[in-house]
Amino acid sequence: MTADLLVAAAALLVLGFAGALWPRPDGAQIVVYGGSAIAAAALAGQALLALLGGGAATPVLTLPLGLPWVQAHFRLDALSLFFVLLLNLAAALVSLYALGYGRHEEAPHRVLPFYPVYLAAMNLVLAAADAFSFLVSWECMSVASWLLVLAQHREAANRHAAFVYLAMAGFGTMALLFAFGLLAGAQGDYSFAGMRTHDLTPVLAGAAIVLALIGAGSKAGLVPLHVWLPLAHPAAPSHVSALMSGVMTKVAIYGLVRIVFDLAGPPQWWWGALIMTVGAVTAVLGILHALLERDIKTLLAYSTIKNVGVIAIGLGLALVFRASGIGDFAALPFIAALFHALNHSLFKSLLFCAAGAVAHATGTRDIERLGGLIHRMPRTAFVALVGCFAIAGLPPLNGFVSEWLMLQSVFTSPSLPQPLLKLIVPVAGVMLVLAAALAAACFVRLYGIVFLGRPRSPDAAAAGETDAVMIWSMAAFAALCLVCGALPAPAIGLIEPAARAMVGAGLPDGGAGWLYLAPVAGKPSSYSGAVVLLAMIGFGLAVALLVHRLGWRSLRRAPPWDCGFPSTDPTTQYSGSSFAQPLRRVFGTVAFRAAETVDMPDPGETRPARFALSLWDPAWRFVFNPCARFVVWAAEHLNALQFMTIRRHLSFMFATLIALLLAVAAVAR
Amino acid sequence: MNAVATQLAQIALVLALAPLLTGFVRVVKARLVGRRGPPLFQPYRDLARLLRKEAVLAPNASWLFRAAPYLVFALTWLTAALVPGATAMLALGPTADLIALIAILASARFLLALAGMDVGTAFGGIGSSREVMFAAIAEPAMLMVTFTVALVAGSTALPEIARFVIGGGVGLEVSLALALIALVMVAVAENGCIPVDNPATHLELTMVREAMVLEYSGRHLAMIEAAAMLRLLAHAALIACIFAPWGMALSADPAALIWGLASFVGKMAVAGVALAVFETSIAKMRVFRVAEFLGGALMLALIGTVVRLMSEGLG
Repeated sequence: MTADLLVAAAALLVLGFAGALWPRPDGAQIVVYGGSAIAAAALAGQALLALLGGGAATPVLTLPLGLPWVQAHFRLDALSLFFVLLLNLAAALVSLYALGYGRHEEAPHRVLPFYPVYLAAMNLVLAAADAFSFLVSWECMSVASWLLVLAQHREAANRHAAFVYLAMAGFGTMALLFAFGLLAGAQGDYSFAGMRTHDLTPVLAGAAIVLALIGAGSKAGLVPLHVWLPLAHPAAPSHVSALMSGVMTKVAIYGLVRIVFDLAGPPQWWWGALIMTVGAVTAVLGILHALLERDIKTLLAYSTIKNVGVIAIGLGLALVFRASGIGDFAALPFIAALFHALNHSLFKSLLFCAAGAVAHATGTRDIERLGGLIHRMPRTAFVALVGCFAIAGLPPLNGFVSEWLMLQSVFTSPSLPQPLLKLIVPVAGVMLVLAAALAAACFVRLYGIVFLGRPRSPDAAAAGETDAVMIWSMAAFAALCLVCGALPAPAIGLIEPAARAMVGAGLPDGGAGWLYLAPVAGKPSSYSGAVVLLAMIGFGLAVALLVHRLGWRSLRRAPPWDCGFPSTDPTTQYSGSSFAQPLRRVFGTVAFRAAETVDMPDPGETRPARFALSLWDPAWRFVFNPCARFVVWAAEHLNALQFMTIRRHLSFMFATLIALLLAVAAVAR
Repeated sequence: MNAVATQLAQIALVLALAPLLTGFVRVVKARLVGRRGPPLFQPYRDLARLLRKEAVLAPNASWLFRAAPYLVFALTWLTAALVPGATAMLALGPTADLIALIAILASARFLLALAGMDVGTAFGGIGSSREVMFAAIAEPAMLMVTFTVALVAGSTALPEIARFVIGGGVGLEVSLALALIALVMVAVAENGCIPVDNPATHLELTMVREAMVLEYSGRHLAMIEAAAMLRLLAHAALIACIFAPWGMALSADPAALIWGLASFVGKMAVAGVALAVFETSIAKMRVFRVAEFLGGALMLALIGTVVRLMSEGLG
C-alpha cells in the first residue's frame, strides 16, 4: 500500500508536467483532471480495503532521498489510512467536478500544472514517517496551494490573500520544525519511530505541543491563526477551494493528531484543556464571522473555521480523557472528531462546488446580488440543500451524527478527576451547541438568500443550470452525506482502527442493534438517523397523499399576500445583511464591536442618507496588527546593521558564536 | 410486540390530543380574561376547514415551499410520538434521546425558516430571521437543561429518565428546579407563546412565526398549524416526562396503561391551565428583549449544572 501511494504520487507529479507541457488546453484538462480522478479513486479504494481489513500498519519503507543521514521514511498506519481515504475520496469527486468546471477556467495553465502536485503533496504528508519528509511534503503542499491561490493573480485582493497565506504558511512550518526538533531531542533521530521512543520532560513536551498547535493549527484555521484562511481559500478556483477547505485543513488536523496523540508520549490534561478551549472559541467566532459575510466562498471558508473548531473540541476532549486514564471514554470524542472531519470534507466540498457552479452561472459571489436560483438551477439547488442541511448539523444528515457523538462525550465528563475540567467541559459543550445553532442560522441565510426568493440582479435572473458532470459529482457528495447520516455505523467502523491505535480503545458495543448508534457503555442514549429519515420521508409522503386524497387538492397561483402590500421590486425582500441583523446585534456587538452609523440629512438637504456598518476582527486587532507594526519597527531599527564596517560585522559574528557555544554548554550540562 | 402496539397507539394519541390541548388553552385563556371563548373542539374544525380549502401559492413559490409543510409536520409528529406520555414502552424509543429530539425539532424549524424566505417577501424574511435568532440562544439553554438532567438521572434517554424519577432516585433538588424554570422558558419561546411571540396577532412588527408562515393557505397551512399544536404537546409532554413522570405506565399491564393514559391527560390539562395563566398575566416583550429572556434561561440552566456539580463534590 505504501509503495502504491508513492507510485500514485509520482504519477500525479508526472501529470503536473503533462499539464504544463500539453499543447492544447482542452486535452490537458481531460488528462490532468481525469488522471487525478483515477489516481485518487484508486488510492481511496485501496485505503478502504486496507481499513476494512483491520488497518494494520505497513512496514516502514525507506527511500534514499533527502539528507543522507536521515533518508525518507514512509509508513501507513490506521490513522494515515483513514486520512488517505478521506483525502482521496473528496479529491476523486472534486477532480470529476473539475472536468466540467475546468472548461470555464480563464487561465488553465496557471491551475493545471499545480493541481496534481498539490494532491500528491497532501498524500505524501499522510504517508511520511520522519520529520524531514513530513516537512518537505508539507511545504510542497503549501507552495502548490499558494500557486493555485495566485491563479487569478490580476485581482489585487487575490495577491494580498496569497501574500498573507505565504507568510502564515512559512510561520506555521517554522513552528512545526521546532516542534519536531524538540520531539527528536538533541541526539536527533528524526524518524517518527525514534521520536516515539524518546522520552521528554513534561516542560519540553508541553512546549512541543504548543508549537505543534501553532504550526498545524495555523494551517487548519484555529483562532487566532485563522486570518489567512478566509482570504486564501476563496481566492483559488472553486474546485481548489473545495480541496483547501474540505481536505487540506484535515491534513493539518492529521499533523496535529500525529504529534499530540502519537509522537509526544503520555499526555498531560492541560494539553487537552488548551486544545478544547481554542477549539470552542474557534467554533463560535468562525461561525459568527460566517453569519455576517456576504461573499459565498468567504462565508464557506469561515464556516470551515467553525468546523475545525468543532474537531479540535473533540480532540481536546479525547486528550483529557486519555490523560486522566479513562481510555474507554477517550475513544468516543476521538471518533467523533475524526468522523466530523470526514463529514466536513464531504459537505464542505459539496458546498464549495455548488458555490463554484453558482458563481460561474451568475458571474458573482455576492449573495446580495443573487436569489431565486432554485428555479433556474434546480439540480444544483437540490444538492446544495442537502449540503446546507448537513452542515447545519441537523438530523437525519451526517453533520448531526458527529456533533451528537461529541455531545454524548461531553456528558461523560463528570467522571473526570480534575475539578477545573468538570467546569470547562460543559461550557465547551454549550459553545458547541451555540456554534451549531448559529450554523443553522447561517445556512438558512445562505440558502434562503442565494437559492430562494426573487433574483436580486439581472445576472441572477438569467442564470442557467450547470454541466451534467458537475451535477453528478455534487450528487455523489450529497449521497455520501445521506449515507453517513442515516447509517453511520459502517463509517465509524472505518475510524475504529485509528482510535484503537491512538487512544487504545474503540466504541463499546451498545447492544442496540445495527439500526441504532449507542456510543456510551451502560447508558441507553441512542440515535438512529435511518428511522428519522424514514419517518421524515415516509410520514411526510403518507400525510401528503392522504391530504390530497381526502382533502381538497386544487391549487391556485396568485400574487403573494405580504400583509396587503406585495411589492414587485426584489429589493423589498430581506437581504443577507438584514437577515443577520438581529444576530449581529445580539452577538456581534460583543465579539466584533459591530457598530451601525446612520447619517441622515436634515429636511431640505439634498445629500443622500448613508448607513455604515463597522466591525473589527479581534484577531487582527490584538494579534496581527501589533505583530506587523513590530516587524516594521524592528526592520527599521535593524536596518542600521546593514551599513556596518567589516570589522564590526566580524566582531558581531564572534559574539554570536560565543553566546551560542555558552548556550549549548548550559543545555548540555 | 407490546412496545410496537403502544408505539402505534402513542403515534395516534398525540395526533388526536394535540388540537385538544391547544383548544383547551384557548378556552382557559378566554375564561381568564372574562370571555366565553371558542368551543373546546374548535381547533379540529379549523384544521378540517383548512384541509377543504383551496391552496393559494405565489407565482414564484418553489417545490420547497410546497414540501416544507408536510416535512415539518412529519418531523414534529415523530418528536411528539417519541416523548413518553402515557407509557414509557415505545418501540421507537431508541431512535432519539433528548438531544436528538431537540435536533429533530431544529430540523423542522430549519425547513420552515427556509420556506419563509421562498416567496421573497419582506415578512417571510423578518419571521425567519427572528426565529433563527431565538433558536440560537434557546438551543444552548436546552443543552444545559439536558446536561443537568443527565447528571441527575445518568442518561439522556427519556424512558430511562422517567424510570429513574419514578423509582424515587431524586429528592428535591435545587439544580432540577432551576432546570425546570429554564426548560419552561425555552418551551414558551419555542412555541411562540406570549411574552415571546403572539400567534393571534396580525400586527406586522410583532409577528415572528406568524410572519414566517404568512404566505401559506389551505392544506399547507393546516399542516403547519397541526405541527404547531403537536410541538406544544411535545414540549408539555417532555416537561411532564422529566419532572413529573408519576403515573406513566412502565409495564404492559392494561390497568397501568389506562392509569397512565388518564394521568397523562390530567398532566396535559394542568400544563394547559398553567400556560394560560402565564400568558394572560404577562405582556408581550420587544424582540430584542427575547434574547435577554432566553439568555436568562441559559444562565439559570448553567447555574443549575454548577450547583449539581458542586453538590456532588468537585474533588
